[in-house]
Amino acid sequence: MLKLLKGLLPYKWQILLIVSLIGLQASADLMLPYLMSNVVNYGIVNGDLGYILRQGGLMVAIAIGGMASTLTMMYFVSCVSVGFCRDLRQNIFVKVSSLSVHEVDELGTASLITRTTNDITQIQIVLALALRLMVSAPIMIVGAAVMSYRKDASVAAILWVVIPAILVSILAIAFVTMPMFKETQRRLDVVNLVIREKLSGIRVIRVFNKEKDEAARFDRSSHGLAEVSTRANRIMGLMMPLMNLFLNLAIVAVIWFGGQRIASGHLEVGNMMAVIQYFTQLLISLLLLSMVISMVPRAQASAVRIQEILVMQSPLQDPQKPKTLPRHPDVAFENVSLIYGDAQEETLSQVSFTAKSGEITAIIGGTGSGKTTLLNLIPRFFDATGGTVRVGGVDVRDLPQGALREVIGYASQKALLFSGSLKGNLKFGTPGASDDDIEEALRIAQAKDFVSKMPKGIDSHINQGGSNLSGGQKQRLSIARAIIKKPSIYLFDDTFSALDYKTDRVLREGLKEVTRDAAVIIVAQRVSTVQDAHKIIVLEDGRIEDMGTHEELLARCGIYQEIVDSQNQSTQEVE
Amino acid sequence: MGPKRHGQRVDKIKDFRGTLIRLWKYVSPHRLSLFLTVVSAIIGVILMALAPAIMGRATTELFRPVTEGLGISGIDFSYIRNIILILIALQAGAALFGYAQQFIMAKVSQQVVYSLRKDVDEKVSRLPLKFVDAQTHGELISRFTNDIENISNTLQQGVIQVLTSAVTILAVLVIMLAISPLLTLVSILIVPISGFSMKALVQNSQKYFVRQQRIIGNLNGHIEEMFTGHQIVKAFNHEQASIETFEGINEELFAEGWKAQYFSGIVWPVTHVIGNLGFVAVAVLGGALVANGQIAIGNIQAFIQYNRQLANPIAGVAQIANMIQQSVASAERVFELLDEEEIRPDDASPLKIEAPKGEVVFENVAFGYSEGRPLLKDMNLKAAPGQMVAIVGPTGAGKTTLINLLLRFYEINQGRILIDGIDITRLKRQDLRTLFGMVLQDTWLFNGTIRENIAYGKPDATESDIIQSAKAAHAHHFIQSLPKGYDTVLNEEVSNISQGQKQLLTIARALLHSPQVMILDEATSSVDTRTEKQIQSAMKTLMKGRTSFVIAHRLSTIKEADLILVMKDGSVIEQGNHRELLEKRGFYFELHNSI
Repeated sequence: MLKLLKGLLPYKWQILLIVSLIGLQASADLMLPYLMSNVVNYGIVNGDLGYILRQGGLMVAIAIGGMASTLTMMYFVSCVSVGFCRDLRQNIFVKVSSLSVHEVDELGTASLITRTTNDITQIQIVLALALRLMVSAPIMIVGAAVMSYRKDASVAAILWVVIPAILVSILAIAFVTMPMFKETQRRLDVVNLVIREKLSGIRVIRVFNKEKDEAARFDRSSHGLAEVSTRANRIMGLMMPLMNLFLNLAIVAVIWFGGQRIASGHLEVGNMMAVIQYFTQLLISLLLLSMVISMVPRAQASAVRIQEILVMQSPLQDPQKPKTLPRHPDVAFENVSLIYGDAQEETLSQVSFTAKSGEITAIIGGTGSGKTTLLNLIPRFFDATGGTVRVGGVDVRDLPQGALREVIGYASQKALLFSGSLKGNLKFGTPGASDDDIEEALRIAQAKDFVSKMPKGIDSHINQGGSNLSGGQKQRLSIARAIIKKPSIYLFDDTFSALDYKTDRVLREGLKEVTRDAAVIIVAQRVSTVQDAHKIIVLEDGRIEDMGTHEELLARCGIYQEIVDSQNQSTQEVE
Repeated sequence: MGPKRHGQRVDKIKDFRGTLIRLWKYVSPHRLSLFLTVVSAIIGVILMALAPAIMGRATTELFRPVTEGLGISGIDFSYIRNIILILIALQAGAALFGYAQQFIMAKVSQQVVYSLRKDVDEKVSRLPLKFVDAQTHGELISRFTNDIENISNTLQQGVIQVLTSAVTILAVLVIMLAISPLLTLVSILIVPISGFSMKALVQNSQKYFVRQQRIIGNLNGHIEEMFTGHQIVKAFNHEQASIETFEGINEELFAEGWKAQYFSGIVWPVTHVIGNLGFVAVAVLGGALVANGQIAIGNIQAFIQYNRQLANPIAGVAQIANMIQQSVASAERVFELLDEEEIRPDDASPLKIEAPKGEVVFENVAFGYSEGRPLLKDMNLKAAPGQMVAIVGPTGAGKTTLINLLLRFYEINQGRILIDGIDITRLKRQDLRTLFGMVLQDTWLFNGTIRENIAYGKPDATESDIIQSAKAAHAHHFIQSLPKGYDTVLNEEVSNISQGQKQLLTIARALLHSPQVMILDEATSSVDTRTEKQIQSAMKTLMKGRTSFVIAHRLSTIKEADLILVMKDGSVIEQGNHRELLEKRGFYFELHNSI
C-alpha cells in the first residue's frame, strides 16, 4: 500500500491544497457553534437584535465560505484520486506488456484483468474518501474536542467515556463480521461455480436427466449463502443504531452535567448548546472515519495484488550492444535446456539442431514432449535456462526483441484474432501491407473462399476472439496474418490441426511459393503434415529422440514408427 | 479495434411499476415481517424525533433563571432529572427498534433473494438451448450474482432507509409545527433547496457515471484482448500500438471519471453546507424570537437538531433513489430471463419405448438455426439397430447440429425423427435422452470426486460397476495411480488430470450409463499417442452392439461405417457407404483423395 502511494508524489501540491482547504472547511464548521453560543449568551440574554443579526450575517458568510472551500477541495480530490489511478493503470499495462509469455500465463489473464480494472477502482474509491475524510475527520475530532474543552473542560470530559466506547464497539463489530463476510464471499464463489458448471455442461446434464440433482445442488449452495449473509447483516445492522445511541446518550450526559455546571455558575447556556453541537460533529466524524478505515483492508488487498505486478521484472531485457541480423537467417539450437521455475524435471534438455533457411523443419512428438516450448524460444517469448538459441548465427539475447520478431512469422496453436475488421486483423503486424499483399496471403492460406463469402469481405467485423468464425477459419486467417509479414522465419505451432486433411495439404503446397527463401519450422501432431519436410525432429520428453527425413525415421526410429502406426489406418492406405 | 461486447448495456428501465409489482410478489410472503419492520420504523423514528423537543425543555429550564432574572438556584433539578431519564428511555427504545428493523430485514432480503435465485435456476433448466447457446455464460452468470446481489443490498439497506426517511420527515415536521410554525417554515425552506440540489447532482453524476461505465467497458475489452493475445501481440511487435490505444482510452476515462467522482463526491458536503445554512437561519431567527420572548430557548436547540434530522434523510433519499433505480433495472433483467420462452412441454400422453433397440430414422427433416438460413432440407436417413453412422466433412461443418436434433435440444422445423418407429416429440425428453450417450471432445466433468463423475448418469451404481466401467474405458490404471484413487476431487477447472484422462473418464461414464445410441467425437487433439490408442480402443468397446453416430476423423472408422453422412457448411450433402460415395465422384471422393 505505502509503496503504491509513492505514486501520489506528483500530486503533492494538489494534496497540500486539499489539506489546507479541509482545514478551512473544518474551521468554518467549528466557528458556527461558537458564534451561535455568542448569539445566545450576548444577543438573547441582552435582547440585542442588532447583535444577533450581525452574528447571523457572519455565520452565513462562514457557511458559504465553507461550501466554497469544500467544492474546490472536492475538485482536487477527484482529480488526484482519478489521476492517480489512471497512472497506476498505465503502469500496470505497460509492465504487463513487457512481461514474458511465461509470466503472463502464470499470473493468468483473468487475474491480470481484474487487477487492472476492479482492483484499481477499489483503490480509487477508498483514495477519494480517504483524501477527504482521513484528513478532515481527525481535524474535526481534535478541533471539536479542543473547542468543547475551551467551553467547559469538565463537561468535555464525557468524551473520555464516549469515544472509547464507540471505538470498542466498532472494533468488536468489525472483528465479528470480518470472517463472516469472508465466508459470504466464499459461498458466493461456490454458487458461481455451480452455475458455471451448469451452463457449460447443460447438454450433459440434460442427457443424463440430472436437472433435479443439479437443482438440489444449487439449492444447497444458495441456501448456505443466504444463511451466512443473514447472520453477517444482522450483526452489521447493530452499527448504526448503536452509534446513534452513543451520540444521543452523550448529549443527554452533556445536559445533565452541563446543567449542574450552569447551576453552579460555571457555564453559560449558550456554551452548553455549543458543546452539544461539537459533540455531534465529533461523533459523526468518528463514525465516518471508522467507515473509511473499514474499507482499508479491501483496498489493501487490492494494493498488494497491484504491487505484485509492478515489482515484477521482465526477464527479457534488450541487450546493451545489440547485434544485427543477416538476410535469410538460419535458426540453430545449441545444447538448449529449459527448466520452468522450481520444476523438478527439465522441459527441454540438450536440444541441438539447425533449421536452415529455405528448408522445412518439422517437430513431432506427444503432448508434453516440449514442442511448443521449443518453438517459443525462437521469438524469445521466454529464455532458455541453458545453451544458446541462435538466429542467423546471433544469440537471440543479443538482438533487440523488436528486430528479432520483425523477421518471424508466427501462427499459434490457439488461432487468436482480435475484435475489429478482418483487414485490421491481417495487418496486425504489418500496418503498411497493401490490398494485394492481403489478397495474396488469403489465397495461400486457403481463406480467400470463405472471406469472399462473408457479407463485407475483408472489411467484415470479427468478434472478440474470433467467435464468429470456425476453428479452421480462424487458423487460416492466423496463417494469412503471418504470411503478410513476408518474414524470413516461419513458425507454425500446430497451426494445421483444425484443418481437414485436404485444406491442410493444399495450404502447405501453396505455402511453398512464399517460403522458398525462408526457414520454416512446423510443430505438428499429424504425420501427413510433416512427412515431406526436409528434416523431421522427433521429440520425446524434452529430448531429441531422432531426426531425419520421413523415410529415414520410418526405417530406424521406434517412436516415430509408433506415431505413424497409430495414424496409419487413415494415412497410409490412400498414399 | 473497438470491442463491442462490453459497456453496451445501458440501464434503462422499461417498466418501472410493473417490475416493482413483480418484485413485490417475492416480498409479499414476508408481509408480516415487513409489517413489523414498518411498525418498528415508525416507533423508532417517533422516539428519536421526540428526543430533541424533550431535551429542549431541559435547556429551557436551565435558561429560565436567566430570562426570569432569577438566581441560579431557581433551576428545578428534579424536573431535569426526569427529563434525562425519559431521554435515556427514548434513546434506548429508538436504538432497539432501529435494530429490530435491521434484524428483520436481514432475513427478509436474504429470503427474497434466495427464492429469486431458485426461480432463475429452475428457469435455466427449462430454457431451450437455442437461447442458452446465444448468450455468453458470463452474461447469464452476472444475472445470477451481480443483479440479484443488487436487489439484496437494496432490500437490506434501501427499504429501511426509505421507510425511516419518510417517517422521519413526517414526524419531525409535525413536532416542529407544534413547537413553532414560523421556525418550521424557515426549516422547511431547506427541504426543497436541498431536495432539488440533490436531484440535480445525482442526475448530473449519473450522466458521467454512464459515460464512465461505457469507457470502462472499452478499456476492459482492450485489456482483455491484449492480455489474452499477449503472445501474438509480442510476436507481431504490436506492444507499442497497444499501449497507445490503452493510453487513449485511459485518458478518456480520466476526463469523464473525475467528473463522475466529483459530482457524486459533493452530494454529502453540499447537504452538509445546506444543513449549516439552516442552522444559521434557525439560530438567527430563533435568537430574535427568544429575545422577544416569543419562544423558549430550548426549542431553538431542538430546532437545530431537527434540522440535522431532516437534512440526513433527504441526502439519504437522493442516494437511495439511485440505488433503487439500479436494482429495479437489475430486477428487470432477472425477470426478462424468467420470461424467456421455455422449451415446448413434453407430450401430454407420452409414449414409452419399452425395450429400446436403437433404430434411428430421419424423415424429410428440415432445420436451420435462424429463419431463412436452412441447414437441412428434406433430409432422410436410416440407421438400423447396432449400425454405425460416420459423419465426415471439413471443420466447422456443423456436426453439433446432429446432436442438437437427435437429443431434441433444438426443435426441427419440418419432418420427423423416429426412434424405434416412434416420433421423438411423442416421448418424454427425459426418456428420449436416457437412450443416448455422448462422448465429445469438450468433456464435461464437474467439481467432485472421480467416482461421482463416473456414476453421474447412474447414481445407484455399485463400486464394482464403477470400477468395471473404468477398466473397460482404460481409466482404471491412471485413477489408481492418483494418490486418492477414485476419491480424487477434480478441481474447479478440472486441471488436475490431463485432457486424455478426462476423455477416458467420459467414456467410463457413458459405459456405466449404458445407453442404446452413442454419439462420439473421434477427435482427440492434444492427446499423446498412447492415450489416443487407449481412447480409440475404449470407444470401440463402447460402440459394440449399439447404434452409434461418430464424428469421424479416421479413414478406418469411416470405411467400416454402415452409413456415411458427408457434411459441408452445416448441411448433409451426400450420404451412402464408402464404396457408393466413391463411385459418386462427388465431394466425398475429393475429400478422400486429398487425405
